[in-house]
Amino acid sequence: MNGARSSFRDPRLYQILMLSCLLVYGVVRLDLEVRPGRAALLLGMVLLTQYACTRLWRLPAFDPRSALISGLSLCLLLRTNSVWLAVLAAVVTIASKFVLRVRGKHIFNPTNFGIVFLMLATGGQVWVSPGQWGSTAFFGFLIACLGGLVVNRAARSDVTYAFLAFYLAVLFGRALWLGQPMTIPLHQLQSGAFLIFTFFMISDPKTTPDSRAGRILFALLVALGAGFVHFVLYRPNGLLLSLAFLSLLVPLIDLLLPGRRYAWSRPAAPEPVPVPSLLEERRFA
Amino acid sequence: MRRFLLAGLALLVAAGTVHAFCGFYVAKADTKLFNQASQVVMVRDGDRTVLTMANDFKGELKEFAIVIPVPTVLQREQIHVAEKALLDHLDAYSAPRLVEYFDPDPCQEALYRQAVPAPRAAAESAVGGAADRAKSLGVTIEAQYTVGEYDILILSAKQSTGLETWLVENGYRIPKGASGVLGSYLKQGMKFFVARVNLKEQSKLGFSYLRPIQVAYESPKFMLPIRLGMVNAAGPQELFVYALTRKGRVETTNYRTVRLPSDAEIPLFVKDDFGSFYKAMFTQQVKKQDMRAVFLEYAWDMAWCDPCAADPLSADELRKLGVFWVERRDPRQGGMPGAQDVFLSRLHLRYDSAHFPEDLVFQETADRQNFQGRYILRHPWKGNASCTAAREYRKELGRRQDREAQTLASLTGWDVNKIRGRMNLKASAEGPAEDEPWWKAIWKD
Repeated sequence: MNGARSSFRDPRLYQILMLSCLLVYGVVRLDLEVRPGRAALLLGMVLLTQYACTRLWRLPAFDPRSALISGLSLCLLLRTNSVWLAVLAAVVTIASKFVLRVRGKHIFNPTNFGIVFLMLATGGQVWVSPGQWGSTAFFGFLIACLGGLVVNRAARSDVTYAFLAFYLAVLFGRALWLGQPMTIPLHQLQSGAFLIFTFFMISDPKTTPDSRAGRILFALLVALGAGFVHFVLYRPNGLLLSLAFLSLLVPLIDLLLPGRRYAWSRPAAPEPVPVPSLLEERRFA
Repeated sequence: MRRFLLAGLALLVAAGTVHAFCGFYVAKADTKLFNQASQVVMVRDGDRTVLTMANDFKGELKEFAIVIPVPTVLQREQIHVAEKALLDHLDAYSAPRLVEYFDPDPCQEALYRQAVPAPRAAAESAVGGAADRAKSLGVTIEAQYTVGEYDILILSAKQSTGLETWLVENGYRIPKGASGVLGSYLKQGMKFFVARVNLKEQSKLGFSYLRPIQVAYESPKFMLPIRLGMVNAAGPQELFVYALTRKGRVETTNYRTVRLPSDAEIPLFVKDDFGSFYKAMFTQQVKKQDMRAVFLEYAWDMAWCDPCAADPLSADELRKLGVFWVERRDPRQGGMPGAQDVFLSRLHLRYDSAHFPEDLVFQETADRQNFQGRYILRHPWKGNASCTAAREYRKELGRRQDREAQTLASLTGWDVNKIRGRMNLKASAEGPAEDEPWWKAIWKD
């Protein structure tokens, strides 16, 4: 990861661009209930926290990119009427990846942790509005996400594919069992929150298990957990809750199904393309 | 015997009386606005839920029946019949409103305003019977009650086909395709609440309409089953959901919740026809959202309103609607009529199975920001003073009225030139004269 050329190839730039476009569209067109001021505050706070933690943990350099992705995801997902809770969410999100670590690996996807922690700790003063996405935004974003997957060839996209397969199986399987028309599971999938989750949270290479078998098992558990929350407990935010709680199992999965920890300096793809910057940069993502 | 199976929730909006603000009579909204409309009040705190359901059934009472999936078997005391007036009041309180301002003498100052509720919604419900045959069909009559003018059954079943057969044999006309939907609710462990009118009780009670049915239960499911009601629907249906909660605004988690356009300045003639305006605007907004959104029409703390289309509901009225956390008050104690700690969200949707394939699922948010559908009439100042400010005012007035015409056209989809015609904006039919380029006036004869 050195030089302008490789940073140009950094998939996170693509992701930042994608999330920014979505945020602007959401603010301007979708009544996503996030004001530009709130978005600026969240982004400012994640960058500030990232900077403070960089200094505190004496990292060699301040890298705003991962923090920006977390911040943009927070803007798109997190809702609260309290400015202080928004600030706290931004701080908790970024700080979590520095503080909550097991054997040098952070446990939770930062955005996931920030939102779930604040939701549970404040008794619902912070919430996620999963239904606020029009189909234009959904399909546009879906194409961008899939495109990103192809373009970036992110090394650990296996977890995204596996999760998609399992979660689709849960939704469509349930509909088949209940004798519901397939329009119902299709409708259930049309949520921007689901896309952010699938392409930005569960795919986070620093928090998924090290081995491929472990990652697939993890994807299965998260899909089942989300189905359990939605269809057995009848509670919202199944995906976020499932990922947050099951992330606690990742150290155990790594123990049972050990794999090579992702090596930052080595490209993931066999060809000599300096692609895997996603993982590299996400060391503290 | 032919009975209708009006499953799920059907609502209708009928004409309402007009409540004026500050003693001014502004407009009236008569005639029913929306057909096939139902109203549901959802009181919810934690898992405790009280539903009040009303619909606009207009036929023979003996032909009326409803079948509603409910999450649990209900005891007799969990079912109640409400007064229709409660819903009318809630409707009037939360309806989109027209506000009037009178332009002050530009050379002086003064201001009035008043509010008028939009036309309103009204509703009712219905009925069922039972037999031993039930058992052989795998249908269990879990409970059977007569509450007010209704005969009520709580059914569970092993198979949707058995349930369907039982319903048909007992005189319910089941629409084609209902079996699959019934089956999917059965597999989710839902029971069926079947109600029909007990004509004897009905005539004893002497009501000329069907009163809303209320049920109270405890369940994590914060949803409204709309699928059964769409099976035999002739076209799109209208649903008003009034959510009464403690923490804040309620929204749907599986459909977009969109705020109705509000605070728009519209032409004065709307005052005489506010009902048509509301209806046309709603239709236009539904179209703009491709019929895939739920509209938020009102979100307010029940303790107050500004402007008030109707007074907030009293603690007593709220308790009757099932707001169980509100204390009963001694009327002699006086004090504020509005209850505290109750937040109202009024949601309005037009739905059919193509655009709303799934039941409505809700969540309560901590958002307590107020929102209301509010439309503004600004009466021009009619004085003939000729101070500089008055000349400026008259110049601006034409532009403003044309803006109002365009706003109205955009909100309702009405033809802007027809609107201008109704506003008597003769000059504006070809565009406001003030917008002419400056040089056109130089050498004009």
